Amino acid sequence: MLLIYCPYCEEERPELEFRHAGEAHIARPENIAGISDEAFERYFFIRSNPKGIAYERWRHIHGCARFFNAARDTVSDRFLATYRTGEPKPRLEGEGQ
Amino acid sequence: MAGAFRLPAAGRLDAGRTLRFTFDGVSHTGLAGDTLASALLANGVHLVGRSFKYHRPRGILAAGAEEPNALVGIHRDAARRTPNVRATVQELYDGLNAVSQNRWPSLSFDVGALNDLAAPFFSAGFYYKTFMWPRAAWERLYEPVIRRAAGLGVAPDQPDPDNYSNRFAHCDVLVVGAGPAGLAAALAAAEAGARVILADEQPQPGGSLRFESGAVIDGKPGWEWAQETVARLAAKDNVRILTRTTGFGYYAHNMVALAERLTDHLAAPDAQAPRERLWQVRAGRVVLATGAIERHMVFPGNDRPGIMLAAAGRTYLNHYGVAVGRRVAVYTACDSAYAAALDLKKQGIAVPVLVDARQAPQGGLVEQAREAGIEVLAGHAVTGTRGRLRLSAIEVVPVAGGPQRRVEADALLTSAGWTPAVHLFSQSRGKLAYDAGTGRFLPGTHAQNAVCVGACNGTTDLGMVVEEALHAGAEAAGQTGAQARGATARPEARSPEGWSAGIAGPAPGAEAGKGGKAFVDFQNDVTAKDIAQAVREGMRSIEHVKRFTTTGMATDQGKTSNLHALAIAARMLDKPVPEVGLTTFRPPYTPVTFGALVGHGRGALFEPTRRTPIHAWAEAHGAVFEDVGQWKRAWYFPKDGEDMHAAVARECRTVRQAAGIFDASTLGKIEVVGPDAARFMELMYTNPWARLEVGRCRYGIMLREDGFIYDDGVVGRLAEDRFHVTTTTGGAPRVLHHMEDYLQTEFPHLKVWLTSTTEQWAVIAVQGPRARDIVAPLVEGVDLSDAAMPHMSVRTCRVCGVPARLFRISFTGERGFEINVPADHGLAVWEAVWAQGERHGAVAYGTETMHVLRAEKGFIIVGQDTDGTVTPDDAGLAWAIGKKKTDFVGIRGLRRTDLVAPGRRQLIGLKTLDPSIVLEEGAQIVADPNQKVPMKMLGFVTSAYWSENCGHSIALALVEDGRARMGERLYVPMPDGTIEVEVTSTVFFDEKGERVHG
Repeated sequence: MLLIYCPYCEEERPELEFRHAGEAHIARPENIAGISDEAFERYFFIRSNPKGIAYERWRHIHGCARFFNAARDTVSDRFLATYRTGEPKPRLEGEGQ
Repeated sequence: MAGAFRLPAAGRLDAGRTLRFTFDGVSHTGLAGDTLASALLANGVHLVGRSFKYHRPRGILAAGAEEPNALVGIHRDAARRTPNVRATVQELYDGLNAVSQNRWPSLSFDVGALNDLAAPFFSAGFYYKTFMWPRAAWERLYEPVIRRAAGLGVAPDQPDPDNYSNRFAHCDVLVVGAGPAGLAAALAAAEAGARVILADEQPQPGGSLRFESGAVIDGKPGWEWAQETVARLAAKDNVRILTRTTGFGYYAHNMVALAERLTDHLAAPDAQAPRERLWQVRAGRVVLATGAIERHMVFPGNDRPGIMLAAAGRTYLNHYGVAVGRRVAVYTACDSAYAAALDLKKQGIAVPVLVDARQAPQGGLVEQAREAGIEVLAGHAVTGTRGRLRLSAIEVVPVAGGPQRRVEADALLTSAGWTPAVHLFSQSRGKLAYDAGTGRFLPGTHAQNAVCVGACNGTTDLGMVVEEALHAGAEAAGQTGAQARGATARPEARSPEGWSAGIAGPAPGAEAGKGGKAFVDFQNDVTAKDIAQAVREGMRSIEHVKRFTTTGMATDQGKTSNLHALAIAARMLDKPVPEVGLTTFRPPYTPVTFGALVGHGRGALFEPTRRTPIHAWAEAHGAVFEDVGQWKRAWYFPKDGEDMHAAVARECRTVRQAAGIFDASTLGKIEVVGPDAARFMELMYTNPWARLEVGRCRYGIMLREDGFIYDDGVVGRLAEDRFHVTTTTGGAPRVLHHMEDYLQTEFPHLKVWLTSTTEQWAVIAVQGPRARDIVAPLVEGVDLSDAAMPHMSVRTCRVCGVPARLFRISFTGERGFEINVPADHGLAVWEAVWAQGERHGAVAYGTETMHVLRAEKGFIIVGQDTDGTVTPDDAGLAWAIGKKKTDFVGIRGLRRTDLVAPGRRQLIGLKTLDPSIVLEEGAQIVADPNQKVPMKMLGFVTSAYWSENCGHSIALALVEDGRARMGERLYVPMPDGTIEVEVTSTVFFDEKGERVHG
């Protein structure tokens, strides 16, 4: 079971308290009703699914209930960073490998 | 004397504490502290089981968890019949009743042993190649016969009556294994102030010191030092020692799972006490001191009862005081078995010969053996064994060739060397490194915060083991921030033995298969020949060899055999061992009961049961309940011997003729509050909300971004800034999650607060022509007239003196009210409503009637009439989309090409031509029942009921272009005939919808 650091509670808590919520840093388009099929496809269907560092959303659903972002290495299953919603992606070593 | 083979001067057990036990109905005596295996051996019983495939007689190979052969059933009572218990692990208790397995009619005469004669047909891959045709015969004939013939114990046929417990624990340092390495590491960590958990699978810590007679630590015999160290550790409040506890799984972030066995060793366990406890330990640093596992020698006939591992024979001698035979030969390729021979000799046991596969073994132990008068045959091989149910002799030849010699022996100890137990290290995702010099896989790169010490790390000299472990323990404590309290004294440790060297694969000179089968994997009956055959048939990776031969796939997971199999494959392929690969180590290290994993989570505690405040009333009034998610809901209320059909028909009739009262408390409820509440609702639902007046309600549809219906429910506006949102019973948590997601991450600028209020309110629905007459006397200060409080309105008021939210809404198509009162008052208000209802001829109705009545009106249930691919338009609900809205979740998804294309499945009604036939939900619909199979499916039935009020069956269905097919004849092919149906509107009753207004 993973340990996840909640950036709002500022504590490491067991995975059981959290819920995964998909890829991070995908903003809902401003004028969503007017976007093209391609733009909607990119927004709604296409995900990066990387081998290596994945930026993803988690929710501390059985804790503070806040959504936050995390950088996790999908190879080692290790969390490299967690950070609050709205904050930019942290710079991580080994990114892009 | 507890057994003819018990030696008075050997062992650590108390000869005065005798225990009785039975094996296959025969009564024996053992001693407190015995395992079942040691007690059997003390009584001269070596034959304990039959092998899996060939039904060959098998004895006890090991003295610990790695045992592949000695699997027995332990029968406590009718329900407690544990199969496949390793006799080497089962502690003896008074009255223990053990039975052998996989034999008929008896252990010594087993008809299944005919398989052994037919062995040429049962080689690797036999099943795959033989039982291929006809296909149907596999299920009916082949598999049952094979399963009867091959197998292990019989599973109990009654539910497990025992309790199991589980605990989470945290510590600075977790030490797995309490041999010399584990104890030293735990001591150093504990004395440095770290919180330590020390786990060991044995009832007493000590590990290899149990048998290593020559070990001296801190000037004391090794075993004595171990017990003193345990006492020192136990006295510390920062140490928890768990015995009978196996570390079986190493998971992410230093989470290690331990299985603690609490009662299996007791004669009369407290029935309330847990049988096992699962520990989930989160450790700052893990010290793995899991030791090494001895390998047997691979030679023809190496599975005869009486042949066992050298260290096992020594454990039975030095710890349990049991001689495994009167004349015990030794066959080895490494030094440690010499110590076994010497120990036996010291106790006066004849050691007729020590056969060493090596040409010129040297060293202290070899010299001592020669000096002790043991005949050492270096450069020799054992090429065959004799004896039917027990070893009687071995055949020895020089490796280089020469005359065969027969040596009488009733036991043979073998050792091909030691395999470091790297299971947990490997599970932690650590990378193993192959050490070609010693032919061992050793821990290489760690993936987690852990360290390996002692034999599992390849360290074989006792002095170095203790040194290494003390260092690792102190370092672990320092690393996890423990306050240093001074260093641990470094005791001097020495032992004449080394555990390195040895061989893998068949012993030199013993490869030829003339003398019989040379077993690699005893438990799955895999021989050296099988492995070679797998390679010849094209298996190149050890993973393929494993699956083709099943080597290492039995319950022992190949603890004694995997390295042998790998070496044979590597030799055949002429490749270095690491290139052939090593099979993956997976949890659990040893079998773990489902009970331990499940813990309390079974039966009534499998998942929480949610009951409404009105549950007790429904129960008292004879309700039959159904499970809806975790909720128990009243399904129907049968009266005077009514069956379900009669009860539902009566309930349906009465609701429309007079009234019905329904417990709708399970309805999901979310309070949406804040200055931007209406704006938020506009975004979350397809409907317009801004202009909804305070005191009015609206039916809302929630979509996902892809345009498909996610949930629905009636929403009441209580104030400019406050909405009372209802959701489907099952949908409440995910709807709240969905709302929170958008509120927190996409629309964080909106000032809105969301609160789950599902359990805050008890909801009493009163539906039917008399609904107003029933509620009127109970409601305070609200004008209930149709003009003042029309359909789809809401009032905050008091009902029965209790603060309430009163909705004028209807899921039946009748005039209806839903009274929301605080849950604590739910039952009292219900009883008051019921008292009124009885005066007006109302019934209490359940979910089945609710379903029928809503279907009569064509009201959908999300999840029943929709399946995640249904748009509002498909469901006939396009009117609920705000046409002027520029944004809501799903607005873009709805415009996707496929969602606006013609030919989509639309919700319609179906009437069967024979009105008495009720369609089956899920049944497929076709246009032409005579077309060829596979037919073209137009859609399927989503809801179907008998409608008492219509006098015929009704159904809702999703059908391609359904709304253009009104009046069309379609067909529902069923196994027992085709049913003709006519496409109709979804509204079957009161088509104009007048009744709802009163």
